[in-house]
Amino acid sequence: MDLTLHVWRQGGPDQPGRMERYEAKGINEHSSFLEMLDVVNEGLIGAGQEPIAFDHDCREGICGSCGFMINGHAHGPLPHTTVCQLHMRHFKSGDELYLEPWRSKAFPVVKDLMVNRSAFDRIIQAGGFISIPTGSAPEANLIPVPKEESDQAFDAATCIGCGACVAQCPNGAAQLFTSAKVSHLGLLPQGQPERDRRALGMVEAMEAQGFGACSNYAECEAVCPKGISIDFIARLNRDFLGAKLAGASSGEAKVKGGAG
Amino acid sequence: MTSTTTPNSAATVPDAKIPPGPIDQKWLEHKNHLKLVNPNNKRKFEVLVVGSGLAGASAAASLAELGYEVKCFCFQDTPRRAHSIAAQGGINAAKNYRNDGDSIFRLFYDTVKGGDFRSREANVHRLAELSVNIIDQCVAQGVPFAREYSGLLDNRSFGGAQVARTFYARGQTGQQLLLGAYQALERQIAAGKVKMFPRTEMLDLVVEDGRATGIVTRDLITGRIDSHAGHAVVLATGGYSNVFYLSTNAKGSNVTAIWRAHKRGAYFANPCFTQIHPTCIPTSGDYQSKLTLMSESLRNDGRIWVPKDPSDVRSPDRIPEGERDYYLERKYPSFGNLVPRDVAARTATSTTDDGRGAGAQKNGVYLDFSDAIRRVGEKAIEERYGNLFEMYDKITGENPYKVPMRIYPAPHYTMGGLWVDYNLMSNVPGLFVLGEANFSDHGANRLGASALMQGLADGYFVIPYTIGDYLSSFLGKPVTTESEGFREARANVEGQIERFLTGQGKRTADSYHRELGKIVWDHCGILRTAAGLATARTKIQALQQEFEQDLRIPGGAAQVNQELERAGRVADFFGLADLMCRDALERNESCGGHFREEYQTPEGEAKRDDENFSYGALWEWNDAGHESTLHKEPLVFETVSPSQRSYK
Repeated sequence: MDLTLHVWRQGGPDQPGRMERYEAKGINEHSSFLEMLDVVNEGLIGAGQEPIAFDHDCREGICGSCGFMINGHAHGPLPHTTVCQLHMRHFKSGDELYLEPWRSKAFPVVKDLMVNRSAFDRIIQAGGFISIPTGSAPEANLIPVPKEESDQAFDAATCIGCGACVAQCPNGAAQLFTSAKVSHLGLLPQGQPERDRRALGMVEAMEAQGFGACSNYAECEAVCPKGISIDFIARLNRDFLGAKLAGASSGEAKVKGGAG
Repeated sequence: MTSTTTPNSAATVPDAKIPPGPIDQKWLEHKNHLKLVNPNNKRKFEVLVVGSGLAGASAAASLAELGYEVKCFCFQDTPRRAHSIAAQGGINAAKNYRNDGDSIFRLFYDTVKGGDFRSREANVHRLAELSVNIIDQCVAQGVPFAREYSGLLDNRSFGGAQVARTFYARGQTGQQLLLGAYQALERQIAAGKVKMFPRTEMLDLVVEDGRATGIVTRDLITGRIDSHAGHAVVLATGGYSNVFYLSTNAKGSNVTAIWRAHKRGAYFANPCFTQIHPTCIPTSGDYQSKLTLMSESLRNDGRIWVPKDPSDVRSPDRIPEGERDYYLERKYPSFGNLVPRDVAARTATSTTDDGRGAGAQKNGVYLDFSDAIRRVGEKAIEERYGNLFEMYDKITGENPYKVPMRIYPAPHYTMGGLWVDYNLMSNVPGLFVLGEANFSDHGANRLGASALMQGLADGYFVIPYTIGDYLSSFLGKPVTTESEGFREARANVEGQIERFLTGQGKRTADSYHRELGKIVWDHCGILRTAAGLATARTKIQALQQEFEQDLRIPGGAAQVNQELERAGRVADFFGLADLMCRDALERNESCGGHFREEYQTPEGEAKRDDENFSYGALWEWNDAGHESTLHKEPLVFETVSPSQRSYK
């Protein structure tokens, strides 16, 4: 199959970018979207040009490295699918595709389709953990966890941190990402002692990183490759409000602002 | 250059430092005698941890909790993306929650036997002991393992084990364990005890006065070359399955860190011990960039078969029962479809080599769930394997509820790696190696659900004890990058980058990698022969020369340059590929994942030669152009007696 690509090319964070047009010819319909880009890149290098830079690693939809916009959709048109698991059989010959990096103030472009998502790490640093030093854990079966709650915690914990939720959100909000971690840990008995400070700390960090506010568009849920539900955002709001009303503090778990 | 000479060049076999005493007392006694570093002094030591997967992240977090000053490096944009994240099946632990007769001894025994008696007893026993602590630690971190309705932890039997000792988190156990370690790591980053360097690749090890004193790195965004000094260097950089180009590993997984450490004097042990996983999706075309694993738990319910008649091209549902060969059930009646990975992979290869493959390209075997669906219903199968079926459908466009899956073996894990002693220190003092990057625990074949166990045992529970023993004698000795050793290593790194960028060739690094991988797969894959391995070495060396002369890398050094990154990694895969073939040539026996066609029983099973090959093969690097030197660490079996593995 033959496709026309319009790809965002940008040399670096402080350089201007532009859309460039490329022809992808003779693409096998069973190849993945990234394999199609590999073919395009081989051609570019052969012609002495710089290949299109994009993040990718596991190519099986779990590491969260890959992701860009295809015709305005984060990870492309297929639900519950990262771009590495999107196969060309879902497109047709002659299609014209626009590829752009995640767009968010908190995710500055590194090069072409690569962005800096370290703001997510800084949200986790503000409380996305259970403080249990190695060696101090009790015997595992001393803490029964009802299966329903454990399963629900898993549903939240399945987040791969790809950033599609932020990229698709008209506000560039990180509520789905943040709520997934707050809910994963807040649903488990082990996560209770730090539940209040976690919710407060992570919400403060999220705001400090320059993410937008949540207006319940639910675009995030629609594009999430792991199908994480916006119910977790409601949970985050409850935990945050509860912690505020209880007069809890986020403690020392403060991190620097800014996306760097 | 005198200060970065190869250490121990006079020594032959380094001391493995295996403690004396009964097998179940070795680790306990050893811990009691390891030297300690006073809590107030720990902050005076800098430890460099390279890699942020299960082994690296757990080590970095645990060492920081103890008080050491840690720097952690990963090439990905965040430590959470290391390839441990992709492990599906589970993690073994000898908890015996099922009351089915499991014990530390049994897990130890199964692992030694599964490794075809080519691993160290003492290391494996320690691994089995620590397995129970790992589960406790991970549960306390909030890892959402599968649970029963009672709220207690669930287990399953995995990879043919006779007991249910595998803990799992749906089909995403690696992800959940890694996120647990990542969160512990981020907590230490927030506390200022770990300084994290994402998108940073280690390109050389600095060895001064025979000790590892630091690393040289490249910032993958700016291209800046940096020097980092430390009292100890910990490599947790994973395995080298990508030497085959097509493997289940992530695209970025590479051998560079351990290979460059090898070139600085660290012995590379058993490089030919590679694991080919039996259940992966077959290739579909030459554009293919990687292979995808289908968890081996599928073999619990799926039946493997091929058409009896090689000329049979009918679709699988039209092939009647009597014309199918369920070859695993036929050859191994007691284990059937649950034989260990090496046996399953080898039989799949010999079957398709006979021309009896599945599908239009005849490049796979069928994994059929129709009997299981009839027996327990589609819903029950969906509950067990739903995410895997969905993934298969996504990749192939075929619905495995309706048509049998097609599967084929693919490179998945490497048991070989840098040699380490019982303290996980290499023969270069101060250089520690953890997880898949070392050679220590899996012998010639790794059992399912044991990789996660080893990575976390090494990082959470071994290195925090053993590193202090080494560090304690360096108290009050500051580290510096202002030395001849660092200058030389930097110059080495910069020189290589410059050579790459000034080349005026035509071919891409990837095109060489693909060709190299094909050679290694054809001759040093599942089936190996002396003639094939010798041919492979000639081909590899010829291709390497071409690579050095005809390579094209656009762009410059001071920028994001993914082609430059690839070129460096491919260069190292060339060296490793040659050493793998050499190692496979020297090992005139078949064991585990290493199957030499010349050495098989009349029934076609692996024929081990304990009299002559019961050793770890330790390879010492000699300068380019000279063959590596082989040292042998004899394996001593005090507790179990090596037997022939039989799964009939």
